[in-house]
Amino acid sequence: MITKINEIAREIGREIKIMEVCGTHTSAIARYGIKSVLPKNIRLVSGPGCPVCVTSQHDIDCMIELALQGIHVSTYGDMMRVPGSKSSLDDVRMKGAKIDVVYSADEVKDGVFFGVGFETTAPMTAAALKRQVAVYSVHKLIPPAMKLLVSEKYGIDGFINPGHVSVIIGSDVYKDIAAPQVVSGFEPENILESIYKLLLLIKERRNEVVNNYSPVSNEGNELAKRLISEHFKLCDSEWRGLGKIPQSGLEVKDSKLNAKTIYSDVLKNVKAKENPACNCGDILRGILEPRECRAFGKGCIPERPLGPCMVSGEGACRIVFEND
Amino acid sequence: MCIAYPGRILELRGGTAVVDFSGARKDVNCMLVEAKVGDMVLVHAGFAIRVVDDDYKDK
Repeated sequence: MITKINEIAREIGREIKIMEVCGTHTSAIARYGIKSVLPKNIRLVSGPGCPVCVTSQHDIDCMIELALQGIHVSTYGDMMRVPGSKSSLDDVRMKGAKIDVVYSADEVKDGVFFGVGFETTAPMTAAALKRQVAVYSVHKLIPPAMKLLVSEKYGIDGFINPGHVSVIIGSDVYKDIAAPQVVSGFEPENILESIYKLLLLIKERRNEVVNNYSPVSNEGNELAKRLISEHFKLCDSEWRGLGKIPQSGLEVKDSKLNAKTIYSDVLKNVKAKENPACNCGDILRGILEPRECRAFGKGCIPERPLGPCMVSGEGACRIVFEND
Repeated sequence: MCIAYPGRILELRGGTAVVDFSGARKDVNCMLVEAKVGDMVLVHAGFAIRVVDDDYKDK
């Protein structure tokens, strides 16, 4: 496979920029040392597919404010250490706020659940809404973000599409994104094969979607999609680094379960202040690579992160830092 | 956050399964799939998202 990749990269000749959208792919690529076996003219950049990384500072500040107000808050573990403007959920918990880390949305019985994640995780939050649990939703959708990256012309030649988001949404939805794409799994041989298939599309300038991960079907998981549309509606969403992307988020349909509505009085005073030394925005667009960030490894390390890319297990910076 | 692990359904009661992940057993919500005992499922954040074949990683 590596020989075939080298051959076709040579035929293409110029520098080729491939973006792996999903943080789990970034992690797998680093773990298996995939970059080290690829020819020099292929540049793999990581995209905005790390839900922790693209959650806006404002939303994190809002959850911290709810916790400070004595509201019982539940969240997945990776959100705990993301720095807000003044502190983090972890800091606030140490000061006595009632914050529970959960592995599954099913564990949440009351209070507010922080609905973070893409289409893979939205059905689980929908299941919690079905049980009448209140939710602060920052769920985001992958295809609108990909469309933005293509339209803003960041020079991305092709995409490695997420595996598990695609199990939920199916591979058909990517067809109206004007770029070569391959849906990939997570084993090293599969990733290399996906890169090879993507190079073939790039060489022939074919804006097509190839599915290279068997659990993904054309239509995806109908039960999950139905549950999402029962409990969520589309909304504009603020993506850290990418700005506001229209119709790229999921908002809770039932205002009685929407924490943003229930606690609007508390939340209206929250004003986020982003750290100017943090370059996560450029990292998430594939403009800057982790080592090119001035703060990487110095002002920003996993123990003292400036931004989410260094906190999350799927953050590009943390992955580079830990695989060195 | 998009990590999903394969596991085998040992028991299934209502919408909840007991799933074996290479020796570790966990309760998994199966409301998103049509699965039966003995099926291998991909599990994300406590929910099964897809029934898969044993060799799904290689296909």
